[in-house]
Parts: sequence; C-alpha cells; structure tokens
Amino acid sequence: MRIAAPDPAALECGLTPGLALAEARARIADPAIADFDSAADDQLMERLADGCDRYTPLVARRGGNELVLDLTGVAALFGGEKALLRDALGRLARAGFTAHGAIAGASETARALARTGQPRIVAPGDETASVRDLPVAALELEPHEILALTRAGLKTIADLLERPRAPLAARFGSQIVTRLDQLTAAAEHPISPRRPVAALLVERIFFEPIVRTEDIAATLRFLAEDLGWRLEARGEGGRGFEASFYRVDGAVRRIAVATTRPSRDPRALMRLFAERLDALSDPLDAGFGFDLVRLGAYRTEAIAAVQRDLDGTDEDEGALFELIDQLGARFGTAPILRFLRDDTHMPERRSRLVPAIRFADGAPSKAEDAAGEPPLPGEPPLRPLTLLDPPEPVEALAEVPDGPPFQFRWRRALHRIAHAEGPERIAPEWWRMAHDPRAENAAATTRDYYRVEDETGRRFWLYREGLYESANTQPRWYMHGLFA
Amino acid sequence: MGLEAATLSALRQRIAAIEAAGEVARPSAARLVAVDRGDVDAQLGGGLACGAMHEFYPAAAGDQAAADGFAALLAFACAPPGMPVVWIRQEQAMREGGELHADGLAALGIDPARLVLVRLRHAVSVLRAGIEVARSTAVGAALIEPWGSPKELDLTTQRRLVLAAEASGVTLFLLRPAAEPAPGSAETRWTVRAAPARALAMNAPGHPTFDLTLLRHRHGPSGGPWRLEWSRDESRFNPAPLWRDPLSLPRFRPAAPPAAGAVPRSAGHDAAPDRREGQGRDAHRRAGSGGA
Repeated sequence: MRIAAPDPAALECGLTPGLALAEARARIADPAIADFDSAADDQLMERLADGCDRYTPLVARRGGNELVLDLTGVAALFGGEKALLRDALGRLARAGFTAHGAIAGASETARALARTGQPRIVAPGDETASVRDLPVAALELEPHEILALTRAGLKTIADLLERPRAPLAARFGSQIVTRLDQLTAAAEHPISPRRPVAALLVERIFFEPIVRTEDIAATLRFLAEDLGWRLEARGEGGRGFEASFYRVDGAVRRIAVATTRPSRDPRALMRLFAERLDALSDPLDAGFGFDLVRLGAYRTEAIAAVQRDLDGTDEDEGALFELIDQLGARFGTAPILRFLRDDTHMPERRSRLVPAIRFADGAPSKAEDAAGEPPLPGEPPLRPLTLLDPPEPVEALAEVPDGPPFQFRWRRALHRIAHAEGPERIAPEWWRMAHDPRAENAAATTRDYYRVEDETGRRFWLYREGLYESANTQPRWYMHGLFA
Repeated sequence: MGLEAATLSALRQRIAAIEAAGEVARPSAARLVAVDRGDVDAQLGGGLACGAMHEFYPAAAGDQAAADGFAALLAFACAPPGMPVVWIRQEQAMREGGELHADGLAALGIDPARLVLVRLRHAVSVLRAGIEVARSTAVGAALIEPWGSPKELDLTTQRRLVLAAEASGVTLFLLRPAAEPAPGSAETRWTVRAAPARALAMNAPGHPTFDLTLLRHRHGPSGGPWRLEWSRDESRFNPAPLWRDPLSLPRFRPAAPPAAGAVPRSAGHDAAPDRREGQGRDAHRRAGSGGA
C-alpha cells in the first residue's frame, strides 16, 4: 500500500505521495490513515463545482481537483475580480478546504498560476509576463519530456520563450509549442462546462439567507414573473426550466420541470414547480438557508402571442398539454406516453410508446394512421389489444406441419382451442439481422401467427417460431398477445 | 320491545334519508351514452352516464384483456369526439396483461393517437394521477387501472374520484384486474367475461364478444347476464345470443365425424375428437336448458 494523498502536516514530515505505507509507519509513529476513495473525492468535487455555479454558469472540472470558471462578464456582479476571488476562496476555506485560485485571461494561465499557491489576478495582456518565472513543469507535459527539458538546461518558461520555436518543436515535439501558446494566452483552450447553459437566467441574491417555505415559493414566483417578462420580450418560451437553490454551506438543490409546448406563463410554471415540490419527500431541506435562488429557461423556442377568449377559456389542446406537463412534473416525464407508429411490419416494433412531452404539435401518429391500410368491413380484429413483451413460451400441441394448435398450456392453465385462424407468416427483418445475435438462422425466427379462441371464449395471438420441416431446430410456440 | 321497535324505525328513517340524499346526487342533465340500444340500455335507464365512475371487474384472471377492451371501447364512446382519453395503468397490470398495442386498438376502431398512456409503478401513484386527470377539463374519459385491491383505494378515494368526475364531466372507468368485487362509490359495477364469438368462415375466431353482468347500479336495479358483440363497422355493441344457438352448432364442429380423415397425425392428439364430442353434447344440453 502506498500513500495517495498526504495532508500538509504529513508533507512536512516528508511523507510524499507514492511512499510505501510501511515506510511512513517507520518514520512516524501511528499516522492517521484512511482508504483512498476516488469516487467519494469525485462526488465532493462535483458538489464544490455545483457551489461555484453561483458565480457563473460555465464551470468545468479539470483533472482530479481543479475547477475552471469562465468569469467573462460576471465579475462586476460580485464587486470585481478581486472580491470574487476572495469570496470564492473564503467560502472554500470556511468549509475546511485548502484552496488556491488565480484569475487570468486564459484558463491555462490561471490554472498554472493557481498551482503556485499565490492568489493572483493577471491584468489583460500580462499573461506572458506572469508565467515567465514558472518552472517548465507548469507545461504539464509527460515526466520524461520535462526531464529532457531540464537536462537541456531549460528550467523556466522564460527560458523556453526566449528560444526560437522551430528548433524547440523539432527537438521536443510540437506539443510543447501548443502548451506554451496556451499558457501565454496566445491560443485558446476552451473549457467544457459541466452543465448545459441556460438560454435565460434570472436570480435573486439574499443578504440574509431565506429558510421558510413560503419565502422560497414567493421568491420563485417573483423569478417566474421576471423570466416570463423577459421571455415575452424576446417572443420566446422555454420548454425546460430549472430552479436552483444555493445553500449557504455550498450545497445546491435543483428542481427541473419540462413542458410540452414552449411556455412563459408564470402561473403555469409555478403550478409545475409546486407539483415537484409536493412530490419531493424531503422538500428542499433549507438547512441554514439559501442565499441565492436562480431560475433558468433552457431550450427556448419562439412562440406566437396567443389571444385568449374574452372569458379566458380557450378550448384547444393547450389544456391537455398542461395536464401532461403537470403529470410529468409529478411522476417524471418518462411514464406519460403516446403511441408512435414505426414503419416496420414487426408487430412489437410497429407501435412504439414515446414520452408525450416530445409531441408539441398534437397527435403524433395521425399521418401514419392514414398511411396504414384500413381494416376491411366485417373483418374481426386481426391484431391483439395487448402484446406481451417478451412473448411467453407455451407448450402447444399442433398439427404438423403448419396447422393451428389444438391445445396449449400457458401460465399453468390448459386452453383447448375451439376456433383458429392462420398461419399468418411474419418473416424477420433480414436487414436488421446483422445487429441481432439471436437471428442467426432465418428459418428459426420466421413466425407463423395464429388467431385462436379457446372453449371459454378467450382470444389469443400465438405464434410458432421455426418450421416443423427444418430438421435441426424444434419449433417453439409463444403467446404474443391477447385479444379483447 | 316497543322501545326497540321505535329505535329501529327511527334508524330506518335516518338510513332512508341518507340514501335519498345520495340518490339526488345524480345530475339530471348527465349525458347518457348508449351501450347496445337494447336490454342493457333499458336496464341502465337509457345508457351509461357520462361524468361518473364505472367499475369493471374481469370475471376471472384470464378475462383482463376482455375487461380492458370492453371498458376502453366504452371510454372512447363516452369521450366527446376529438377529446383525448387517458389510460393510467399500474406496471403490474401491464406485466400480467401485456402492453397496449396501437394496431390492436385501431383494429377495434379506436384511434391510438387519442390515447395518452400513463404507466406507473405504485397503486398510490395511479390513484393520484387518476384524481388529477379526473379534475382536468381537457380529457374526455379516463381509464384507471390499479392492480389488485390496494388499501389506498378506499371509499374516501373513490368518493374523491367520483366528485372530481362529476365536477369536470370526465367519465372514469375504474378497471380492477386481480380484485374481488367490493362495495364502492361507482355509478355502475360490472363483471366482464370473454365470451365465445360467433365463428366466421373457415372456423376463424369472430368479433370481440363479451359476457356482462351488472353487479350494481346506483340508480336502478342490477341485471344481466348479457352477451354483446362489438361491431367496429357500426361502432356499436350488438346483442348476441347468450347461449350458443343450436342451429349454429355444426359450425363449431368438424364437418365430418372425426373418424378417419381429420385425425391429427401426431400421436398426442388422440384425445381431441372425444373431447370435442363431449363439448358438443354439453353445449346441446346447455342450449336446451337455456331455451326451456
């Protein structure tokens, strides 16, 4: 066992990462040891990153323990860059973390400076000067490349900057030039934010943290109205909204709702949020209170202004969408489904259920219905009301080679068949077979369907997989659906 | 003795008063939807009341599809044209009875595009969603299908469903797979059983046919059994003969006596002709008793 992460006191005693645990025990009597848990570390960093969302929506994680914040245009909101840096480091220090930070015009410059341990703010244009004195290790190259540089007598960034580029690249690889450019802000290194960026964001900061549920609801309503006005001014509506509550101790609570159609009506939004808050078993858990509440609209779409009827009732599909949204807010959007017709003849793939929230523009499968052949007059239903997924194997006795079954046993009950119609052969989709490992043998997956009615009047949809003629496989019978 | 009798009559009067108050609850303007334009409608006093709750029990475990199908057909009949129908199912009901199939719905004459399906894990969620849907004015009818008899489906919940339905005009269909009929607040309570259909040519299974029993009707006597056959072309239920018509019997049997030609080749099927004989005799007897 080896040391993964020593604390400052351990470092002072000379216990470095990678040292064998036995050796550490030999040097220090009874050191405090805990197992290295990278998943927990990761979670902790995620929580800290959540907490940093209060400064900017663009927060990215780098490496194991670094956060990069894009502060473009936001520093003024927090009293300038200096105040922002002090606030951020102060919060982390109060939570018991040792943190270093720096602000610079490029993310790589800021990272390199932050690692020196000195809080620094680099004025625009000073990036090159600020990194001159750093050791070449700040380039974050492979250890053997750093070694090669130091052996060549190039100890600091300044040493590299003074040399001509082409020989450097020829000797140490082109990577070194790229890294130099990034470090000196000559080249952009874009960050990848952890979370999607809201199209529109409104927020309220509190000097005194709020705790009471009523205050939280009132704040949310205020923000919803604010957001509604702003969306209306842009002629847009949002289809996804997220309210985030920033707790004083750095924890963040998020509640997201989605709507079927672009929406900006504060009352409708509040109904959805109220639905979500009701459904939470532990509503928000304000703890010591929230000092920042934020409401963002994601995925905005243009909406035309609607003129309501004079009495305020408009009998369109809007009410259904509102109901779908409301159910979606309470139970999640996944279980609210509508039918979508797929262009395939395989019965189990033909009718697909997809979340209703995806259908903003009304009935999903009308066009497809028109395309499908209508049933003939006088024809009984040829497809069952319900399909079993997966089809359940049954023991059946049938006339060879392709007669309907006489009787079959399904779910331990014996059914004797009084009427039967079939077979209706449904061949597998050969163009899909390459992806389906089960479908190696075409004959084995050809299905012969029978519509049968047993003596008590129950109607079933059975199929035989495989043919009696083929010698190598024994046909199997399956129950696939139930008729009304 | 006299005192007891007086108490008894007083109590009876109170019960009568309570019942009368309950009876008034039926809105006189409730829209009625014809079921079969025959005996069933006569028993219901004109048809199935919209804006009320109706409860459907499968007669046996295997009749879930029949009960579901029958209730769905009525639900789409009750929903005003173009209005969507919401079907809230507990996942257990789906595992046992299968997932709804768009082609199957279309084959019954139901437009799958009008259906919104809500699939939930727990019975309590199903009932909550049910109340929410019952309150909505955007929905024509709703089918609520919890599995078994969850304790949350008590009289209070049923009453709330009924009140919500009366206020909004949404017709509710409470489907009760794997449950025993129990008292409740529903306007009507039915058992549905899949019934042998009149076979078509070539011994093919016929149109959906149901045996119905009206267990309870809040505003009239119960009744049944009836046998109804769904006709998609006419979009209505037609009365079907409750017992098999003796004249049609030969259609259900092999044309020739099952002696030589039609014997299946597989050795395991020797019992089949005998069984069919027995069934035929049985049917004869039942037909006889039905006619008598």
